[in-house]
Amino acid sequence: MEPLDRDLDEASLDLPSEPMLLNMGPSHPAMHGTVRIVLELSGETINKADVQIGYLHRGFEKMCERGTWTQVFPYVDRLNYVSPMLNNVGFALAVEKMLGVTVPERCQYYRVILGELARICDHMICSGAMAMELGAFTPFLYLCRAREIFWEIFEEETGARLTHSFGRVGGMARPPTPDFKAMVRVGLARVLTLISDAEKLILKNRIFLDRLDGIGRMSQEDALALGWTGVVLRATGVPYDVRRANPYMVYDRFEFDVPVGTRGDNYDRFMCRQEEIRQAARIIEQALDQMPDEGPINIDDPRIVLPPKEEVYTTIEATIQHFKIVMEGIKVPAGECYSYTEAGNGELGFYLVSDGSGTPYRVRIRPPCFATTQGLSQLITGLMIPDVVPTFGSLNMIGGECDH
Amino acid sequence: MSKKVLEILTAQFPGAVLETHSQFGDDTAVLDPAVWRDAALFLRNDPRTRMNMFVDLTAVDYLWRGDVPRFEVVCHLRSLEKNHRIRIKARVGDEEGNGAEIDSVVSVWKGADWFERECYDLLGIVFRGHPDLRRILMYPEFVGHPLRKDYPADRIQPLIPFREVPNIGKLPPFGPDEGMAFGRQTHDFARLDPGTGPSLESTGGDEAANNGKPQGIGVGALQERS
Repeated sequence: MEPLDRDLDEASLDLPSEPMLLNMGPSHPAMHGTVRIVLELSGETINKADVQIGYLHRGFEKMCERGTWTQVFPYVDRLNYVSPMLNNVGFALAVEKMLGVTVPERCQYYRVILGELARICDHMICSGAMAMELGAFTPFLYLCRAREIFWEIFEEETGARLTHSFGRVGGMARPPTPDFKAMVRVGLARVLTLISDAEKLILKNRIFLDRLDGIGRMSQEDALALGWTGVVLRATGVPYDVRRANPYMVYDRFEFDVPVGTRGDNYDRFMCRQEEIRQAARIIEQALDQMPDEGPINIDDPRIVLPPKEEVYTTIEATIQHFKIVMEGIKVPAGECYSYTEAGNGELGFYLVSDGSGTPYRVRIRPPCFATTQGLSQLITGLMIPDVVPTFGSLNMIGGECDH
Repeated sequence: MSKKVLEILTAQFPGAVLETHSQFGDDTAVLDPAVWRDAALFLRNDPRTRMNMFVDLTAVDYLWRGDVPRFEVVCHLRSLEKNHRIRIKARVGDEEGNGAEIDSVVSVWKGADWFERECYDLLGIVFRGHPDLRRILMYPEFVGHPLRKDYPADRIQPLIPFREVPNIGKLPPFGPDEGMAFGRQTHDFARLDPGTGPSLESTGGDEAANNGKPQGIGVGALQERS
């Protein structure tokens, strides 16, 4: 058969040689609805990528300057809305650092356990969503089922499934329920089974592995200079975990490993996350064994912690104390402090400035996702369009946190 | 722990370290804005400090405290090997918020890129030498800088017209330099240099193309679209 283009001059074909611009997001299922990437394409290869965030900006920092210190808790819930408990604890620790108080030991264990449960939820949903975006829908359902088990525990403890607003300066809103330890023990075992089942579905899948392996690599130096923390940094081989490097609360009493990757690609990030789930489970088990069953949850300081409700209704002192804290807020000493904890995505920092009144002068959040997302354009430049989806998924960008 | 870093910094930049403190255990140095970038470079490269982890960069508006200079640019750094942290600050800007300029540290840590953009966006601090200083969380037409203390939290922003795209009958809701054009278009970036290309603010100039109809906010733009 003779070629069809025999009469055609090569030059007269007039193929479009200029780069094409493609708009990915914000209304794109893989962009989580909050990110837009303007891609400059040459064929299917990405020449240049401009990542644009801000679609979920709600003025978190500005809002914090209008209420009391305690009224910030509902806002921090909505930062990383996949693991709100870690944000609650992080902010409570920041204010406690300025006040110079430490919560009772029982509360510290309680915070650790709830926080690690939230971390497992966070990692599960990230891995599940990443698999779903690559076409593997079943693991996502398995992991949602697993998250439901933890959410039931959270609902039992806090009264809310997702946005708990459960942290308080100087303690927690309520003490643990009598069945807390038993619930966590039973739930944790069931969740770990579900996670192994979900992993079995994808970790031998050629399509899934090929789209992760070697894609989206980041070097250690670049990751550090970009301000990456958490799983994405550890996947490049840097064993930096705030819980290990600068232990807060009672993290220095637990035995756990910090999983690190070797190449910093999508596969390493995925596997580090999976391993971290298991390490979090180890921490929870040790914390459950060590946590005292009796003892106070809140510190004993009438200037910081609300009195019990029955006393508020029966004694004048408690009524005044309640009124002062609710109307004027907790008086935090003037000054500035930076407090950091290991949240689901990395180092969650709060830089607080107080002028000595009951209202924060400035609440600055250092969202781990923000630094991570700015590395995205570097990661995907030179890759192809289909690689954007797993690379973006493995970074676990959470809009609420990234966009403040 | 990192008290030593403060001493090293003070010795390296005599006279430029305006004050130091370690309130709540966070070591802090207030620097002269003139040495901002040099100090950053020194902190990163000196083997005794090795601040290779960029943590955070932001600014605080001290208008209510009556400070002059009004803004404090705050940067948090960490060293991976030494496991120590430092906070460096520099004060810029007059009472009106003018002249709030400082050198960019993107060339020292490229992670500072978005943090400086955010700081510019929300507080209006200009970073000299930043490769791409534009708004990041707010949209380009936003008026003012919301985290300044004299920006009321309930201020209402003006409605903005659809962004204009040349040579296209329809008006897509994104700018001329971004997004996919409707129909095959040549995106000539050189042509869209500020000043030579159609600016976002321009409301005139294309009178003929629009049959003399008023362009801009509201009814005109909407009719144009339908």
